[in-house]
Amino acid sequence: MGSTSETSRRDLIKRSVALGVFAVPTMSVLASCASGGDSGGGDKVDKGTKSAKNPLAVNESAALDVVIFDGGFGDKYAKDAEAQYAVAHPKTKGKIKHASTQKIQSTLQPRFNGGNPPDLVDNSGAEQMDFSTLVGKDQLTDLTPLLDAPSIDDPSKKVRDTLRPGVVEMGQFGGSEIWTLYYAYTVYGVWYSKTNLKKLDAEYPENWDDMLALCAKAKKKGIAGWTYPGKYPYYVPFSLYPFIAKIGGAEVLRRIDNLEPGAWKDPAVRAAFEAYYELYKKGYILKGSPGLDHLQSQKAWAEGKALFIPNGSWVENESGKQIEAAGNFDLAVGAPSSLNSSDKMPFGTLWASGGEPFIVPKQAKNAEGGMELLRIMLSEKSSKNFTKQVSSLTSLNGGTEGLSLPPGLASAQQALAKAGKNVLNPRLQDWYVALQKEKIGVGCIGEMMAGRLTPAEAINKIQKYADETRKDSSVKKYKR
Amino acid sequence: MQHGKYRFIAGFLILPLAIYAVFVISPFVQAIYYSFTDWTGLSSDFGMVGFDNYARLFQDGVFWSAVGNSVTLLLLLPVVTISLALFFAFMLNVGGRRTKKAVIGGVRGSGTYKILYFFPQVLSVPIVALLFQFAYNPESGAINSLLSAVGLDSVQPDWLGDPQLALWCVMAAMVWANVGFYVVLFSAGMSSIPKDFYEAALLDGAGRANTFFRITLPLLWDTVQTGWIYMGILALDVSAFAFVQIMSVGPGGPDYSTEVLPLYVYQKTFRDGQAGYATAIGVSLLIVTLIFAAVVMRLGRRERLEF
Repeated sequence: MGSTSETSRRDLIKRSVALGVFAVPTMSVLASCASGGDSGGGDKVDKGTKSAKNPLAVNESAALDVVIFDGGFGDKYAKDAEAQYAVAHPKTKGKIKHASTQKIQSTLQPRFNGGNPPDLVDNSGAEQMDFSTLVGKDQLTDLTPLLDAPSIDDPSKKVRDTLRPGVVEMGQFGGSEIWTLYYAYTVYGVWYSKTNLKKLDAEYPENWDDMLALCAKAKKKGIAGWTYPGKYPYYVPFSLYPFIAKIGGAEVLRRIDNLEPGAWKDPAVRAAFEAYYELYKKGYILKGSPGLDHLQSQKAWAEGKALFIPNGSWVENESGKQIEAAGNFDLAVGAPSSLNSSDKMPFGTLWASGGEPFIVPKQAKNAEGGMELLRIMLSEKSSKNFTKQVSSLTSLNGGTEGLSLPPGLASAQQALAKAGKNVLNPRLQDWYVALQKEKIGVGCIGEMMAGRLTPAEAINKIQKYADETRKDSSVKKYKR
Repeated sequence: MQHGKYRFIAGFLILPLAIYAVFVISPFVQAIYYSFTDWTGLSSDFGMVGFDNYARLFQDGVFWSAVGNSVTLLLLLPVVTISLALFFAFMLNVGGRRTKKAVIGGVRGSGTYKILYFFPQVLSVPIVALLFQFAYNPESGAINSLLSAVGLDSVQPDWLGDPQLALWCVMAAMVWANVGFYVVLFSAGMSSIPKDFYEAALLDGAGRANTFFRITLPLLWDTVQTGWIYMGILALDVSAFAFVQIMSVGPGGPDYSTEVLPLYVYQKTFRDGQAGYATAIGVSLLIVTLIFAAVVMRLGRRERLEF
């Protein structure tokens, strides 16, 4: 039995060590980000000579620094474009720095704070840098010169006029400047297998009563009508939001995007929510869906356990193996079914918009070079290369002639053609990420689809969240 | 002479103290400083906003859910993990049948169990979290398949998809991942307890429960306390973040039922571009941690037994 004084001294040391042990990991959370560095940016490269071949006056020998998000699309398409850039500007050969990462923000944050960001960034993925903040803090270059430059394929056309509808508007944040250019083009909707529908002697139901009848028929055979990734319920809006607009007109979604008071109380919202809630109430949703992530729900759907899933055109690439394993799946996308004859927009109305937002930082040393690379990527050759590599459309309108498209992409292409001018582009998910994904998606729509909120409760809760966001001075607001 | 002694000691301490100041103290101070700014994390342009961030915390419902869940983890995770680990360690070392050869010994096959228990420890946290995520899959996961295999077709919970269950599901995975380490830690502690104590207890006719509560636990108290502190850190810190981030709906859901403080710090910094506000949340995490530390130290001292 040791002496008391010895023990207490030892205690003291132990305690202070313990306290240190506590403090260190706690603060590592806090201090993981430290700003600093001077905002330099004064060392931009000189402009080159403007010519027909070089409309952006790119410095012919300056280095180029590119960072690509290495997600579902990989980064090979960008490397191929860089190779073309080096051919167009031979003196830059070997000076093109290419990096790819999934961690866009943690990689680039120090460079933005230090004033030496890259020349072109694919700002995508889970660690996407917040656009509101980048725009609000004047960190981006206006891409108007690029959009007004002649297109590579047809110098008589401006790049602006070669893009799909909505792409330019998506790059604007409440002003005329275009801060970002979305390169990929995604078609959202209700994805299904034509083969699985045929087994039930059915085609894609163009109105909601047929949808319910088909689900009832499937249920008798032990097949669920719908599934969705309950872990990320913000997939449900991919077909729910265009459904709302179809019922009540595009104006309803515009008011929702603008966070107008009472926007969610529109009868069209209520009607669409009630319709989806009925899927739950009648037991047409695959059991367990509220606990599935996107891959698990897509797997169950590809295995034929459910007929329909709200998703985007990337699903063909993402679940390619499982779709292939299903044999002759014949993937297709459907626009939201008509609720009834008083719907304001015709059948075929759907949500399509850009993905993979590319930015040129304000303090980039070679901003013209970054834009020039984008111009190359928007040529027909690069666009086809992208479509072939990752089976996704690009923002270049057309550009698929002569390619044999996989079934899902071909169906998406047809759906776009059918939609014509009725392509919707709700902005909630890029303007107010936290509101759309976490509050509305997980907090309300997810809860409703799991049967824990009624449509009325869900709408009240969403309206409350939207009002809170409108009043929150820390969130920058946009209008369209 | 005294003066010289202190100078001598200081001479040795300068270097470590300097390193500590640069890598520990200065980030503390910086973080607290940033919590009074509107720094976005994406630009070096920011201004002081005084206590605005802290005032906002009080209005922020999500923040309070996160505090609630973090505190729940903090209170329950150490208790459950350490109780289980103590039980297992006791059974492995002391709880076995008493033979003539040895006064104490573990249950049969205790060597194998020790290795098995330690197994989760060699798996990285994301892998454990993913494994559990698969097991919790309500549609084809191991747990619900098992339930229907034993005829419980009507009991098919959504697990991570159910706000009533989600936090418990995450907690169960964390317990599973950590209990093995403490089994080994406590086993080591138990093996250093002199055998004569057990012999004496045996002669006095003490059963297993008595032996545990009157001999093993008091003599192991220091180790338990250390374990408690480590588990507390785990519950508040990066480990909780990783499990929730990978496993939960959203993450942080459904309906904020698994939102924890480190996750909220991450979301505010990396999703919403509000690094200043995030550091304010971080500072509140520090306060929770300090309160926990103070409480554990106080409890520990009262229960201390000297031998």
